[in-house]
Parts: sequence; structure tokens; C-alpha cells
Amino acid sequence: MARRILILFAHPVAERSRVGWRLAEAAAEVEGVTVHDLYERYPRFDLDVPREQALLTSHDVIVWQHPFYWYSVPALLKEWADLVLEHGWAYGDGGDALRDQGKLALSCVTTGGPASAYQPGGYNRFTMRQLLSPWDQTAHLCGLRYLAPFVVHGSLRLAGAEDLAPHLARYQRLLAALRDDEVDLDAAAGAEYLDLTHLRGAAA
Amino acid sequence: MTDSVLVQAVIYLAAAVIGVPLAKRAGLGAVLGYLIAGVVIGPFVLGLVGGEGHHVMHFAEFGVVMMLFLVGLELRPALLWQMRRRIFGLGGLQVVASAAVLAGVALALGVAAKPALATGLILAMSSTAIVLSTLAEKKLLASSGGQGSFSVLLFQDIAVIPILALFPVLAVAAPAASADAGRPGWLQGLLVLGAVIAVVGVGRYLVRPVFRVLSRTGLRETFTAFALLLVVGIALLMTLVDLSPALGTFLAGVMLADSEYRHELEGDIEPFKGLLLGLFFISVGAQIDFGLIADDPVTIAGLTLGTMAVKLGVLYALARLFGFDRPARWLIALGLCQVGEFAFVLLSVATSGGIFDAGFAAPLVAVVALSMGLTPVAFIVLERVVLPWATKDGAPARPADEIAHADVPVVIAGYGRFGQVVGRILRANRVPMTILDLDPEIVEFVVRLDIKVHYGDASRVELLHAAGCARAKVLVVAVDDHAQALAIVHAAREPFPHLQVLARAKDRPTYYELLHAGAHFAMRETFVSAYETGIAALRSLGARAYTAERRAARWRRHEERELAELAALRASGDEEAYWDRTRRALDEAERLMRDEDPVVFAHRDGAWDNESLRVDADARGAPTAADEAPPPLA
Repeated sequence: MARRILILFAHPVAERSRVGWRLAEAAAEVEGVTVHDLYERYPRFDLDVPREQALLTSHDVIVWQHPFYWYSVPALLKEWADLVLEHGWAYGDGGDALRDQGKLALSCVTTGGPASAYQPGGYNRFTMRQLLSPWDQTAHLCGLRYLAPFVVHGSLRLAGAEDLAPHLARYQRLLAALRDDEVDLDAAAGAEYLDLTHLRGAAA
Repeated sequence: MTDSVLVQAVIYLAAAVIGVPLAKRAGLGAVLGYLIAGVVIGPFVLGLVGGEGHHVMHFAEFGVVMMLFLVGLELRPALLWQMRRRIFGLGGLQVVASAAVLAGVALALGVAAKPALATGLILAMSSTAIVLSTLAEKKLLASSGGQGSFSVLLFQDIAVIPILALFPVLAVAAPAASADAGRPGWLQGLLVLGAVIAVVGVGRYLVRPVFRVLSRTGLRETFTAFALLLVVGIALLMTLVDLSPALGTFLAGVMLADSEYRHELEGDIEPFKGLLLGLFFISVGAQIDFGLIADDPVTIAGLTLGTMAVKLGVLYALARLFGFDRPARWLIALGLCQVGEFAFVLLSVATSGGIFDAGFAAPLVAVVALSMGLTPVAFIVLERVVLPWATKDGAPARPADEIAHADVPVVIAGYGRFGQVVGRILRANRVPMTILDLDPEIVEFVVRLDIKVHYGDASRVELLHAAGCARAKVLVVAVDDHAQALAIVHAAREPFPHLQVLARAKDRPTYYELLHAGAHFAMRETFVSAYETGIAALRSLGARAYTAERRAARWRRHEERELAELAALRASGDEEAYWDRTRRALDEAERLMRDEDPVVFAHRDGAWDNESLRVDADARGAPTAADEAPPPLA
């Protein structure tokens, strides 16, 4: 059965975004994908927790898609995690709503800096996986399997449609593969970045 | 005749106006002020009033009737039921024990058995008028000692009826006159029952519809007239069936304690009660027969202090028996050890009933009056000497605890479209509130929702008091009429300095006026709806929700700064400049619009605008938001 994918899109000024918004638009074109625009739905941060939880239960893949602000997520996505992933629901005693159902989670991040900046000795000193470890652990605690992040680096220098197109296509392809269970999950969970190489049957 | 009435009125009123503030300043309390004023204008000092003092006192006794009506209004039937053990136990034992001991003393002094028993019963009475008003003035009514005192006084009120019934049996001489000796017992019982049912029925079923009809006329004085009619009418009915009028109006008060018109009734009756009680105390002062006292000061002083000492001992022992803590015991014992105004009535009945003669009664009248005069002194001793000592090495002083109504933190004046939104938000958060409104239909629908509501004009300080503003934290002024709103803010600020006043304003000028009047917060009534509509318009034009919010919020900050500047101008007292600006309201609007020119009103997003980062990014990774350029506003 095809996996249903939920993209939790968090961008405070998406209309001015160069990459994030386009990625969200591209994702919405993929069948079986729900794009949930958090800042558009909750401009006053008044999250509807039961509704958000229902969305999580009715989807099999959770994608946290956001720009990388101060090595982290925009405020509303943090608020979402704080309120929606409740104790006794998502974790802790009786918190089994998402556990052991083969659900997956991953981050889809856009950064201004190039990939070379995100490694030991680089400008940002840590790898993307290291910087995203809070979300890795959050997923783990809630019984979700956390996959390597899908990252578009150097977004500040992506200018025209021709620069962006390969990224959009890659994103769409990966989402479709996740939906159709064509991703080698063990490989994807252990990798630094989620990539087309993780498709089952792809050349290693 | 008219002249003499006016002269009398001037003397009594002037005595009150001069005496009470002086006494209060000296820390003696209002009651003592009235009593001293009475002594001063009485026959033994200035001689301004003489024999007619008796009539004045009789008339002024009606103040006690009104006071019990007001006390009843504070006591819901359920609370009265809770107090039953104290009323009948503590109160009953106090009357029996005090009467027995005092009668025994009288016997020992050589008085015959029957007059001695009558004397004991008469002297067992305490003064409802003095004690309740002193307790209210000192805010002790809600304390456990205050409640105990009230229970005793209430029982004494009830006890007057059987005592009056007993007096004919005690008569030694032939009664001089007997008003209704012919009425058989069963008929009397039936009449009493009928009267009580009538009072309960009036309270339950008649008051509400009558108030509703009256409120439609919009004439305030008809309310006052009706409230007076109610009290006087019930008092008359009670007198007709030989019941205590105070007891009858108390019962009516209790019946109305749950009614939404309670505060209106309180507000209407309160000033009359205050005046009449003051008059009553003055006449008590004027009645003290210093001639008699001067003739035999030792005997009178001995009788007075002896009586008070006996009552004090009995009250203290009983209060201890009933489990009151030490401060409460002393409050009850010292507070109630005087002989009360009922004694004047009982003494005259006993004299005319032939129990004893006028010569026997005269010193007793002096004892009663003197002991009443000493009560405020007893309270001063209680407060300055006994209580500090009793609380020091005993139970800690208990703070005033629960009485008639629980504290309600919010009072909302005006429950129309505006007040209802505020009220619903509070109700959704389980915040109890009291509502004041002048529209009987709103009052009725709120009653059905089980919210405390009171019909009345919230710009009256008495109504604000009655609604509990002294203990509330927040007053929401939500009436739609600006003059009314301003009057409420004015009325509320001085007596309740701790109260946060939140007011509904019509527009900018009224907003300034409300703040100027002392409101802590004011909101233009259409501002937020227009603000929301502005956001909706931005969204309709395609703006993202969060962006529309932030743009509007930023504009609002700018708008509120403008508002504050003008408010400061208003507050600075530079009337000229302020009016100049408000008069040119259209110019003002134009100026405001000009200020909102996008060129002036920049829309940069700080960290989220990252043109500057782009330059850096070519060389290395940018740490913050990094994937957008700021296009011009759509």
C-alpha cells in the first residue's frame, strides 16, 4: 500500500523564499502528498492540536520542510513540536500514537551556505546530521524512523529556473519513491543526505 | 409646627455633620460620634433638644428595621440555614443564661421574683443597632466573631416575641392597658403564619415583576419609592400581627438575597438606613438622664458595670463552649455586653403591663443608655488592648473569613454586545463575574445563565460597592453610552484604588477622556474589528496570512504610539494644543494616512531580509535565514 506523505511546511516569509516555496509547490504536485502550510494556517501560532495530531495519524511519512534559521527551525515549527508531540500521546507513558507503525520522518532543509560549510573544519563546523540531531532524537522518541535529510545547499546563489529544476525533480522523485516504497530505508537512515542513490535498484 | 420640624432637622443634622467627623478623627468611630453629638445637643449640655427626643428615637428606630433588611439581603437562605446551630444554640443560651444570672442578682438585691425575672430578660438584650453598625464600620462582620455576634443578635430579635408574650404572666399589678389581650392564641398563631407566608411570597414572586415594570419607566425615584414601600409595608404588616418589624424585614431581605435586584435595593435603602441609625444614636445620647445619674452616680455606675460584667462573663463562656478562638470570643463578649434598644421597648411594656413601676424603670433606662454609650469604648478597648494581647499568646488572629458571598474577581458594567464577548471569554476560563446592567431583558437572560447579575446604574458608588468592587480585581466598563462610561470610571477610581479599570471607548477623543478619568486601559470599540478587516483585506489581495498579521501588527504599534503621544498631550494639561489637534480630526486622519506611506513605513524584516547575507554567502555558509530576496510589496 502506498505511503501517505505529510509535508509540514514552515516558512515565515514563504512569498519571498527562492527555494523553499518552489520545493513545496513541486511536492504538492506529487500524488499522495499533503502540503500543510503551517504559517498560512496558524499566523497567530494558535495551533489546533487535535487537528494536527489527526494529520499525523493519517499519514505515514512526516517531512519537516523549512529554511535553516540559526541551525534550527522557524519558531512555528518548534511550537508545533512542543504542542503537538504531547507527552502521553507521542511519547512517554501511553504515548504510542505514532509508534511501531512503520512511520517515517525526515527533514527537508534549505540553507544559504554550501555543503562544504557543513563539515568538520568548515565554516559551520558540524554536519547537517549533527545539527539536525534534535529532530533525529525527537523522531526516535516518538517511534518514527528518521531518515537522512533532503537538503538544498547554497540557495542564496540559486538564481534562475534552470538552476532550481534539478533540485525540484530530485525532490519529487524521492517523495514518489517514499510513497511507493522504493527507498532502501536502511541505507537512507544511515546516510548523510537523502539522495537518488538510495532508491532500491539504483546503482551504488 | 413646620418651623419646629425644620429647626429640629437642622439641629440633628448639624450634630451629625460636626460630631461624626470629629469622633472619627479622634479614632472613636462613627457610633460614638453620634452618641456624643446627642449628649451635646441634649438637655444636660446645650439643651437644644428636649422631651421630644423620645419621639425622635421612636421614629429613628426604623433605621434598625432597615438595617436588618440590609443584613438579610447579605444572607442567602442557605447560609442562614448553615448558621442555625449558632443562632439557636449560642443565641438561645445567651438569652437564657444572661437572664437567669441577672435575675438572680436582682433577687439578691431584694427585688421580688417576677420583676426580677422581667429585669433579667430585659437586660439580656444587646444592641443590634450599635453592634452591627460598629462591626460593619470595622469590617468585622465577616469574621467568625462577627458572625457569632450576628447569630446572637438575630436570636434576640426572635426572642422578643416570646418575651412580650410572657410579660402579662409576670404582671404583679393589674395591667394599665392591654392592646390585644382579646386575641385568642390560635388566631394569633394563624396571623403570624399568614404574615410570614405573605413576606416570603412578596419576596419570591412580587418584587421581580414590579421592578421589571418600574425599570421600563426609566425613573430612578420610583425604584427608591418601591424599595421604601416594601420595607415600610412589611414593617407595618409585622406590627399588625405583633411580630418584630425588624425580624419581618430581615426575612424579606433573606428572600431577596438571591435576586438580581438585591444591589439596587441595597443602594436605595442604604442612605435612609444610615441617616435613621445616626438619628437613633443621637437620640440615645440625648436620652441619657444625667440628672438621675448625678443623683446617685455610684448606684447607676455599679448597676451598669455590673450588668455588663455579667453579660460579658456569660458571653465569653458560651463563645468558648461553641469553639470560637480567643480573639472571636473577646469580640463577641465585649461587643455584646451592653443592653440594647429593645430594652427601651420592653421596659415601657413592662411598666405599662404592671410588672414594675416607673420609679423602678427609671434607673434601668439610665443603665441601658449608659451601657450603649460605653459600647464604642468597649470596642476601643477590644481593639487596642484585648486583641493585641489575645492574639499574642493564643490562637493567631484569623483573617476575616467566608461570609455571605464569595469574592468575585471581575465586575462587568454593561452586558450588551461588547460586554458579552468579554464575559464569554472569562466564563470560558471559569472566571466568576458579577454583571451590572440597566436593561431588564438582559438582566433576565443572564440570570437564566446562572451568572450573578444586578440591575442598576453602575455609576453609583453604592452599586459598585454592592457588586463587590472593594474585593474585585477588575472592573470592565462596557456600556455603550460614553457619558455613562465616563461616569462609571469616575465613580470607581477613588473608592477602589486597587481596581483595574478597563473601559470601552467610542473613538479617539473618548479614549483620551477615559484614560484621563483614570481608566487603566481603554479600547476603541470598533478598532479591533476594523483592524481584523484590514488584515482580511491584505489577505484577499494575496498576502500570506503571517505576513498580513505582521504588517498589520507593525502598523498597529505605530498607531498606538501616535495614540499615546496624543494622550500625553491631553494629560499634560495643554488643553489648547490637544483640542486644536482633536478639532482638526480630518487633518489628523490625513496626517496619519501620510505617515503610513510605504516609503515612510518601511517593511524590512530584519534577519529574514538577507540581501546583506547574499554577499557573504558567496564566500562561506550563511548562519541565518538564507533563501529569499525582498521583492516589493505586492
